[in-house]
Amino acid sequence: MVENIGTIFQWLIFLGVAFTSIIASFLVITRKNPIHSALFLVLTFLCVAVLYLLLYSQFIAIIQVVVYAGAIVMLIVFVIMLLDLEEELRSGLKLLYSKVIGIALAVLFLFGLIYSVAAKSLTGKIGTYTPEKMSANVKAVGEVLFTQYLFPFEIVSVLLVAAIVGAVILSKKRT
Amino acid sequence: MVIPSVPPVLYLILSGILFTIGVIGALTRRNAIVVFMCIEMMLNAVNLTFITVSRFLQSMDGVLFAFFVMAVAAAEAAVGLAIFVMVYRSRETVNVDEINLLKW
Repeated sequence: MVENIGTIFQWLIFLGVAFTSIIASFLVITRKNPIHSALFLVLTFLCVAVLYLLLYSQFIAIIQVVVYAGAIVMLIVFVIMLLDLEEELRSGLKLLYSKVIGIALAVLFLFGLIYSVAAKSLTGKIGTYTPEKMSANVKAVGEVLFTQYLFPFEIVSVLLVAAIVGAVILSKKRT
Repeated sequence: MVIPSVPPVLYLILSGILFTIGVIGALTRRNAIVVFMCIEMMLNAVNLTFITVSRFLQSMDGVLFAFFVMAVAAAEAAVGLAIFVMVYRSRETVNVDEINLLKW
């Protein structure tokens, strides 16, 4: 029984976080007020960050909290406050028919996904990054990032510069 | 008796559910900012799949890929929201049903 305590806690954390994230993401798409949606989006991102911790990826979990829950949602909330969306709140349900078709197709897609992941277990070449090695996660990520993935890393820096320039030019007032 | 740890299938199914909720939101909501949030949620679900597979195949590639996806998502957030602000400035709305001309 003693050796099971870690596993039991893992299951409890997984189930709790999974249900919280599903409920929070449902609330994201059903709330009428976009600010509420954005705050439930933060909750979803935090739940996924906990799942990353369960999967021994501390670095990605921290980046998730900083970049997604911090930077991106902060930008979204800022833009929601810049725009006057009151008119959006009052716009009723239009095109109900196409929405029903869309939801039905999406649920069908979900069944396809579940079938495809449940039918066959994971196969592939097992790598060298065991959980013991992943406990020094930042070091491992850095080693791979700056050797094997150095070129994509540089490309990402160019992409970010392009995004900054594009955002500034787009939001500049035309004279 | 030893309880088995959480199998990868559950993580993958959860990620599929989150992705589907994102798809439903992107299809049904008409506010462009909520559609944008749903797209972020879908990217996040894909990241969860990458991390899960990378954990259970004990590889580092999935983690790095998730890292790059996050960088692209940040760039996309900056440019996309700038576009929304500009559209709102010229059209006074961000309803995706009314933004149907690619010129204004």
